[in-house]
Amino acid sequence: MSTTSIALAESPLLALVLRRADDALILGHRLSEWCGHAPMLEEDIALANIALDCVGQARALYEYAAQVDGRGLTEDDFAYRREAHQYRNCLLVEQPNGDFAATIVRQVLFSAFIDPYWRAMMGSADAALAAVAAKAEKETAYHLRHAAEWLIRLGDGTAESRARVQAALDDLWPYAGEAFESDPAEAGLVAAGIAVDPASLRPAFDRTIARVLEEATLTRPTGSGAQSGGRRGRHSEHLGFILADLQYLQRAHPGAVW
Amino acid sequence: MAEAKIPLWEVFIRSRNGLAHKHVGSLHAADAGMALQAARDVYTRRGEGLSLWVVPSAAIVASDPADKEMLFEPTASKIYRHPTFYEVPDDVGHM
Repeated sequence: MSTTSIALAESPLLALVLRRADDALILGHRLSEWCGHAPMLEEDIALANIALDCVGQARALYEYAAQVDGRGLTEDDFAYRREAHQYRNCLLVEQPNGDFAATIVRQVLFSAFIDPYWRAMMGSADAALAAVAAKAEKETAYHLRHAAEWLIRLGDGTAESRARVQAALDDLWPYAGEAFESDPAEAGLVAAGIAVDPASLRPAFDRTIARVLEEATLTRPTGSGAQSGGRRGRHSEHLGFILADLQYLQRAHPGAVW
Repeated sequence: MAEAKIPLWEVFIRSRNGLAHKHVGSLHAADAGMALQAARDVYTRRGEGLSLWVVPSAAIVASDPADKEMLFEPTASKIYRHPTFYEVPDDVGHM
């Protein structure tokens, strides 16, 4: 494997697959940073489990991306040989872990989007994506349940847990909307029954968030200052540091295996 | 860790239909719902189970190790209680 970055001609299908794959890889990487550092042993394992689910989804999607690209690239080429501006993940998943409350809020916001997304994609006309969706949906349903149960307990918990989780919600809320942006490039795929228009999932997301926040006795932020750009490769500064960590070994020692 | 706020739970897994739940270990969790999730996350990572029970450790009543001679030794001499004194036909299979 070479150390140089790959250049891609992103067909609408390839772009769609990379959005899903990059969301999963970057969130999985973030969650893996908790390994050995979580507040309690049980949650350390729980977060590592979610991270492994995400990385597994990313692998399946990168494999499919390689197939769609059709030039003999591998899943590793997509993970290790693209630069930050070639990554298509939403900004939410690259945000730092912060305290445990921030990690839980990020997980709830993302899972409340991706779980109904995969459920809808189980009916995709693209058999490969439908198969990934069927496997991923069972995983993301649990991620949502797990993170939401924590959010409820942190919100309706002690004064400190409540203050921290409300602050995390206020910080991360502006990143929640990006996942629901319709992309004109996806319109053809939506019309062909291959993709689901993310905007159509917003009501399901809003219902989930309303239910969880009510039980958590938290206040839904009202600010409308939405952050976006990740799908077009315009990322926050954090992604570069993530990729430096993630890609160092393959960039320095091309093709290294163990 | 504050034992009162995050108490100990015992975890039981049923690995297959028709088998009994079996004790596999313990964990800390704030309440029953979180205990069940933690049990799933900690003890079923390798396809161990189809069903989970969690029970507050405090709810378990245990025999006193000091009583073990009184409780368990009298059975040692009663070998006739073991079902080894009759032939099981081959056709019966697993009992």
